[in-house]
Amino acid sequence: MLEALMKIFGKSEKTSRQVARERLQVVLIHDRAKIAPEVMEHLREDIIRVISNYMEINRQDMEISLANDENSVALVANIPVSRVKHLR
Amino acid sequence: MSEVIVITSGKGGVGKTTTTANLGVGIAQKGKRVALIDVDTGLRNLDLLLGLENRIMYDLIDVTQGRQPYKKALVKHKKYETLFLLPTSQVKDKSAVTPEQLIKLCDEMRPDFDYILIDCPAGIEQGFMTAIAAADSCIVVTMPEISAVRDADKIIGELGRADKENIKLVVNRIRPQMVEKGDMLDMDDINDLLSIDCIGQVPDDELVIKATNDGKPVIAMEKSMAGQAYRNIVRRLFGEKVPFMEFPKDSFFTRLKKAFGL
Ligand SMILES: Nc1ncnc2c1ncn2[C@@H]1O[C@H](COP(=O)(O)OP(=O)(O)O)[C@@H](O)[C@H]1O
Ligand SMILES: [Mg+2]
Repeated sequence: MLEALMKIFGKSEKTSRQVARERLQVVLIHDRAKIAPEVMEHLREDIIRVISNYMEINRQDMEISLANDENSVALVANIPVSRVKHLR
Repeated sequence: MSEVIVITSGKGGVGKTTTTANLGVGIAQKGKRVALIDVDTGLRNLDLLLGLENRIMYDLIDVTQGRQPYKKALVKHKKYETLFLLPTSQVKDKSAVTPEQLIKLCDEMRPDFDYILIDCPAGIEQGFMTAIAAADSCIVVTMPEISAVRDADKIIGELGRADKENIKLVVNRIRPQMVEKGDMLDMDDINDLLSIDCIGQVPDDELVIKATNDGKPVIAMEKSMAGQAYRNIVRRLFGEKVPFMEFPKDSFFTRLKKAFGL
C-alpha cells in the first residue's frame, strides 16, 4: 500500500530542483578549484608537510585532483611512499 | 557617510538594472539622497527604466574625460527629488572608463549623496572591473537557474579577489509555484550553494514589465509582490531586520505529500 503511494507521489524520483542543486554543488567545487590554482597548490604543500612527519614521499610523482563520483566530488590523492619513519 | 554599492551579476539579463532602478527609487522614497551611475557602457538602459531618457544632456564619459562637471551630467528625477541618474554613454568601447576614473568620480560625489548605486555590465571584463572599483559593498543579483547561479559564484570569487568583503545576494525572478512543485531552486538552496547572505528574494512578476513600459519602477506599485520584495530590500539596506516574505501557500498536492511524510 505504502509502496503504491510512494510510486504515485514519485518519491524515488529526484525533483529537478534536487538535480539542479546536486549538479551545481559539483560544478562549483570544480570552478572554484580551477579559478584558484594557487589554492590547490597550497593544499598540496600542506599535505606534503603533514605527511612528511610520518613518512618520506616522492613529491614528483604525487598527484592530487578532484574527481567526480556519481553526484559528489572526492579529493583524490595518489602519493608514492618511499620510506616510513620509525614510528614511536 | 555615503555608501557606494555596485549591483552586479556575471550573467546578463538577470535583473541588475531593474534592481538598481528599484533600490534607487526606494532609497529616495525614504528621503535619502541617491545617485545611480550607469556603467553598462554602450547599452544604456537605466534611463528608460526610470523614465528619464528624454532628459539626458551629457553622459558618464563626458564627465570622466573632463568635458563636463558631474553635476551638469546628473539628471534629477521629476517625482523623487533626491534621486539622480548619471547616464552611461552609447559608445561601444567598454574600457572607455577606467577604474581609477570611477573611483575619483565617486570620491567627488560622496559628500553630496547618502548612497551611490552603480549598475554594472555583464561579464567579468574591464567594464566589470571599472564598475566594482569604487564600491564599498556589492549586491550580486542571480536567478534560480543553474547557469545564473554558477556565474554568480564566479563573480563572488572575483569580488573576493578584489578584496570586496561586504557582498549580499538578491535572488530575482523566483516562481513560487515552481519551487513548490520541486521544479526550481529556492533562496535557501542558492544561499547554501553560494555561501553568501541573501538580502532579498524577488518573485517573477508581470508588473515588472509593465513598470518598465511606463518608466516607473515597480517598487512604487503598492500591490506588486516584486515591489514589496524591493521595499523589503531597501529596509534591510538601512539595517532593519525584515523577515523574508512568504510566497503563496503550499498547493494541495504538496500538503498531501507532507501529510504522508514523503
Ligand atoms: N522580478 C522580475 N519579474 C519579471 N521580469 C523581470 C524581473 N526582473 C527583471 N525582469 C525582466 O528581465 C529582463 C532583464 O532585466 P534587466 O534588469 O535588464 O537585467 P540586467 O540588467 O541584469 O541585464 C527585463 O526585461 C526585465 O523587465
Ligand atoms: Mg543591465
